[in-house]
Amino acid sequence: MTGLLAQFSLAGKTAVVTGAAAGIGEATARVFAEAGADVMLTDIDGAKCETVAAQLTARGLSARSMTMDVCVESQWQQLQDALLQWTGKWDVLVNNAGIYIGGTIESNSTEQLQRIHDVNVASVFLGTRFAASAMKTGGQIGAGGSIINLSSIAGLIGVPGHGIYGASKGAVASFSRHAAIEFARFGYGVRVNSLHPGLIATEMGDKVFDDFVEIGLTATVQEAKDILEQQMIPCGRTGSVDDIANAALFLAADASSYVTGIELTVDGGFTAA
Amino acid sequence: MDCKNKVALVTGAGKGIGRAACLALSRAQAKLVVSDVDVAAAQAVVDEIQSAGGEAMVLELDVRSEAQWQAGIETAVAAFGGLDVLVNNAGIAAISGIEEETLEGWRRTQEINSDAVFLGCRAAVAAMKANGGSIINVSSIEGIVGDPMLPAYNASKGAVRALTKSVALYCADRDYAIRVNSLHPGYVETPLVSGALAALPEAQAQEFAQRVVASIPMGRMARPEEIAGGIVFLASDAAAYMTGSELVMDGGYTAR
Repeated sequence: MTGLLAQFSLAGKTAVVTGAAAGIGEATARVFAEAGADVMLTDIDGAKCETVAAQLTARGLSARSMTMDVCVESQWQQLQDALLQWTGKWDVLVNNAGIYIGGTIESNSTEQLQRIHDVNVASVFLGTRFAASAMKTGGQIGAGGSIINLSSIAGLIGVPGHGIYGASKGAVASFSRHAAIEFARFGYGVRVNSLHPGLIATEMGDKVFDDFVEIGLTATVQEAKDILEQQMIPCGRTGSVDDIANAALFLAADASSYVTGIELTVDGGFTAA
Repeated sequence: MDCKNKVALVTGAGKGIGRAACLALSRAQAKLVVSDVDVAAAQAVVDEIQSAGGEAMVLELDVRSEAQWQAGIETAVAAFGGLDVLVNNAGIAAISGIEEETLEGWRRTQEINSDAVFLGCRAAVAAMKANGGSIINVSSIEGIVGDPMLPAYNASKGAVRALTKSVALYCADRDYAIRVNSLHPGYVETPLVSGALAALPEAQAQEFAQRVVASIPMGRMARPEEIAGGIVFLASDAAAYMTGSELVMDGGYTAR
């Protein structure tokens, strides 16, 4: 690959994707590996993650897997050690691991709020901190890099049943913006952006339909689907995991070398209306 | 992330971001309709593409002219068999405070930066609605934030930002498979920026340039090639679920 297509290549880059056993994380790991990256897949479900990595290596792509709880600080250190041993590089981090807890605000507990922030926000903080320290000019690896934090359109707009989830994703967007500016001003060569998927066809996406029924917004799952797809999503359909993985590739690659601190929304027009 | 077999029309393609977009789209295997009021500049870009083995044609297009849009798109469709991508890139910039800006200057900026994008979108939707496509409207960070010395430019680029969402939703409503997104470059090393600065007294130009660069967290302006990557992404099927979105490429300018 030469010229511009090289701008979209990840050849020679080492990328970490968290929550890579399923859904958007799995697709992102696959798209990155296909773009030539050495991809470290991590997930709390280590066995499933290993299966995904094995599928990639069976195709001649470069992938490894690691069991990882992204909320535990020491495991980020272990990840960094594993990267240093494997390729000696760390160019891209996709902080994708996350959970969804629905319910109305009146029904949500402080324990749920704490839990969703621990998983969705603390993990992004830890990942960004470890990656930036390693990637920055003068850091242990020092080649600069790109950090992509998965937020959501729920971090930008209001949706019934998304109070605590949306708060956690709003925190991810805000934190990413601060990290981007801080690292740019310090000349780290580390870009940070947040990625905001709309409703994507995944296990987690399906929970949104169930939750609409649970909180009494619609009578059936089918009705929830109809309202979301036909009334709330202008283009009339949910997105695919590859739609998000491709956007992550753009943010990871040199094609976005001048992009930092942005919110990249991939939502079929949801937030444009 | 390629644009194989796609036909792309780029306005203001003779220099700056437009030129870089043409070269990048061509490397991604698109067929290029290189349009500009400056035919010689457009021809030079076509020559460059052809000598690298790509397909391209020149189109003389004054984006302010309704008739030229119609004829231009017909010519492009006749030459390459369709239109899949339109990059509404042509634009001008003049630096002036609100107290000094003339109505004439204001109108000229709106005519080229905003009215022409309406004309381009309207013509492209008609040409693309049967088979789908991607329209990329080049707005600016100045369509999102304000600058004390760019009142007309700010207003024109803000109009492009909002128009983009309207056209995106219109196409989605009617099940046209046309995606419409706006691109928001920050300051880029282009003739548009250097020309606007050259029109000022030297001391004032220096002050403006220093203020701008100091405001960019990444500490530098972009090269046109760095913006072209975003155009290829939005043009390609990799952005299949993106419509009505804003792609900001500004070295952190609007996040600060």
